[in-house]
Amino acid sequence: MEKLPKWADAFLVPLVSVFIAFAISGLVILAVGEDPIAALRVMIDGALGSTYGWGYTLYYATNFMFTGLGVAVAFHAGLFNIGGEGQATLGGLGVALVCLFIPWPHWSLALCAAIVSSALFAALWAAIPAWLQAKRGSHIVITTIMFNFIAASLLNYILVNQLRPKGSMDPASARFPQATNLPGLDQVLGLFGIPFSSKTPANISLIIAMICCILVWFLIWHTRLGFAIRAFGKSEKAAVYAGINPVRITLYAMIISGALAGLMAVNTVQGEANRLLLNSVEGAGFIGIAVSLMGRGHPFGVFLAALLFGFLYQGGAELALWTKIPRELITVIQALVILFTGALDQMVRRPIEITFALFKKKEH
Amino acid sequence: MNSSDILGRQETAAPSLPLAIELRGISKAFGTVQANKDISIQVKAGTIHGIIGENGAGKSTLMSILYGFYKADEGQILIKGIPTIIPDSQSAIRAGIGMVFQHFKLVQNFSVLENVILGAEDGALLGPSFTRARNVLADLSAEYDLDVDPDAVVENLSVGHQQRVEILKALYRQAEILILDEPTGVLTPAEANHLFRILRGLKAQGKTIILITHKLREIMDITDHVSVMRQGQIVSSLETSETSPQDLAERMVGRKVLLQISKSAPNYGDEVLRVEGLTLHDEQGVERLSDVAFSIRAGEILGIAGVAGNGQSHLLEVLAGIRNAQGRAFLKSEVLNLTGKSANAQSRRAMGIAHIPEDRQDMGLIMDFMAWENMGLGYHNDPLYQHNRWFMNNDALLDETAAKMDRFDVRPPIPTLAAKNFSGGNQQKIVVAREIERVPDVLLIGQPTRGVDIGAIEFIHQQIIALRDAGKAILLVSVELDEIMSLSDRIGVMFDGHLMGVKDATQTNVNEIGLMMAGIAPPQEGII
Repeated sequence: MEKLPKWADAFLVPLVSVFIAFAISGLVILAVGEDPIAALRVMIDGALGSTYGWGYTLYYATNFMFTGLGVAVAFHAGLFNIGGEGQATLGGLGVALVCLFIPWPHWSLALCAAIVSSALFAALWAAIPAWLQAKRGSHIVITTIMFNFIAASLLNYILVNQLRPKGSMDPASARFPQATNLPGLDQVLGLFGIPFSSKTPANISLIIAMICCILVWFLIWHTRLGFAIRAFGKSEKAAVYAGINPVRITLYAMIISGALAGLMAVNTVQGEANRLLLNSVEGAGFIGIAVSLMGRGHPFGVFLAALLFGFLYQGGAELALWTKIPRELITVIQALVILFTGALDQMVRRPIEITFALFKKKEH
Repeated sequence: MNSSDILGRQETAAPSLPLAIELRGISKAFGTVQANKDISIQVKAGTIHGIIGENGAGKSTLMSILYGFYKADEGQILIKGIPTIIPDSQSAIRAGIGMVFQHFKLVQNFSVLENVILGAEDGALLGPSFTRARNVLADLSAEYDLDVDPDAVVENLSVGHQQRVEILKALYRQAEILILDEPTGVLTPAEANHLFRILRGLKAQGKTIILITHKLREIMDITDHVSVMRQGQIVSSLETSETSPQDLAERMVGRKVLLQISKSAPNYGDEVLRVEGLTLHDEQGVERLSDVAFSIRAGEILGIAGVAGNGQSHLLEVLAGIRNAQGRAFLKSEVLNLTGKSANAQSRRAMGIAHIPEDRQDMGLIMDFMAWENMGLGYHNDPLYQHNRWFMNNDALLDETAAKMDRFDVRPPIPTLAAKNFSGGNQQKIVVAREIERVPDVLLIGQPTRGVDIGAIEFIHQQIIALRDAGKAILLVSVELDEIMSLSDRIGVMFDGHLMGVKDATQTNVNEIGLMMAGIAPPQEGII
């Protein structure tokens, strides 16, 4: 079979997948007795119709960029890290500890410390399954899943027994000091004279996420480590032949992957909640898998896919608010997108490849 | 010979014999690749018909059509003069066609008898089938000198015996036409001779045999007729008695080729690589190498012959730093660590040991990587390819790849094309270019020309000779005995993890090497 041109592979296939997912979602909405066109309008209006909507969309997208990049880096090494959820949980703990116990004079210093701390905590959390796989042969899919549960339980214990302020019934930490609060996206954009809603959780973390996209791009395609990671991911035998140490690469890739997932906590814990909550990750670790699949493991693809999922999250919330469409349907739409862009990729790809081949034949 | 002669189809009619199989205008395309194009062959009953062609010439596709694995886009198959449609392998078997694949399709932990009746059981109860099969097998074994114990478990049989089980399976299904795909690839010379004896016996009983091979000698030895395939087409159909290996090779490639490698007398220098007491146990604890010792001098090619799976692969991997082993090794009197931190491919390369691995698709190349990325495989830490501490200089690697592809005539010369999109020969040229162009002190080579077309074989052999003439030490592992015989200065033979002996290439012959390949030690030990 003829190979697809690059642009079709990178953009046409995912676009068609998304379109099919939306079409089927439309049928489902029709089946529950609502108007799919109106529903789509509500979603677009709610997510993209105002800077307020955009603020939420970008806030969610920031989370997905971090977790999506994390999955992508591991994926280049042939490792399926589905522990983004747990790694981000530990990242949140890292953020909370530096924000609560160190008196920061300025938010920028607090931000730097939170970045380092969240990345470190999450990286360590990812390094354990990596070490278990590299040295003991325990499969990383199994161990990272189990580490999600362990992370949740660990956080539960720490919040309830250690960080919960005396007298509080809420399993959450105390509020962080004012000085650690991050500037919102409205302040960042304000510097450039762009008006933006100040009532949204979007914050400067978005910029950090975008920088991470660029850094990951450099890492994967322009560094020796990236070369080794990709070689190892494509063929372990060839990597060993080339003198690449599988144990080391497994560890490095998972540490970077975990650190990226952990950075998500800067956005949610420090940027939005200003305290550590029991479930601050809210499934973003898993959405990261879909984002990475849809983005084909490329940082720019992850960026675009994260925006799409941000839109789905925010648009979905609006849908539940303004229509009779039950909240659960949003999950159906999101699941369909994941299904078509991830699992059913070949189903969409084959017809497109055949179409391209037909056109090519006609040209001859 | 002029070109029209090569291209012209010469049908030599011998009307006395009826046709067992006739193919008329068979065409088959995969996407835009035309694997078979307007192929017509007549195979006379009771003859051995050879089909020869380079890798990718379309031989296997054609046979897969005949056996019902693929459906031809166009064309007709006539069996004993009757137009037959073969939609699947069951129909092929019913039409009297039996196939012996290159990779056997046997259940390893079943007995010979169980394998033979598998899929041809007579009823729900196995008892009667076994009784019948046992009798038939006894007859067949005796008739064709097959010598197979029906109760032996397949995994305990030698490769040659396993192949005979495949033949028995076909005969048990009353095959009149037997197709063998590269049958001698895994056999010792003695086993191959035995196979040919069996095939001649089958022919004498009126069976028709189609032999697919890329080995010219086999065609000359055993076939009555030969069809030459090139680029999906039959370019010649000849009586074997009217052709020669040189003629066949030229028809296969479509131009003049050098079958004989021109090689000057060796000019040995100092000892470069010495190995002593090399012993290796694999992950299952099986001894793969036992007490192997040899040395190679500068300007010398040491060839290691042997049937595949007798430890040659492990030997290469140990020396290349991919596997740990016990024993001692020295590179120019410097100790080569066989275990521990520095026993890896990276430090071997740094010491000047390059490695062309046996399995280029799995090990030597990353098929999804582009040619230029593959050119950096193993050398990605080289300062040549770095901008600074942090960033690689991909452009430098790209430029160098373009230059190497040009020097090695890799086609198409596109550094950004993924390795999987090159032909086998061109893939191998990429690996050879990467390893040889750095002029290593020691070059380890495994199966340099497996699955490579004749044109590229010639080129790769020349490069190996050139490196030897430049005073480098070369360890060449190959299961192609011809290749070992023609390239090596000294020849070692491996059997069951032992180095059976090392002989001077000018003072040995195929018979002696063949005996050693079968585990029979030579009368006196050679020089080590």
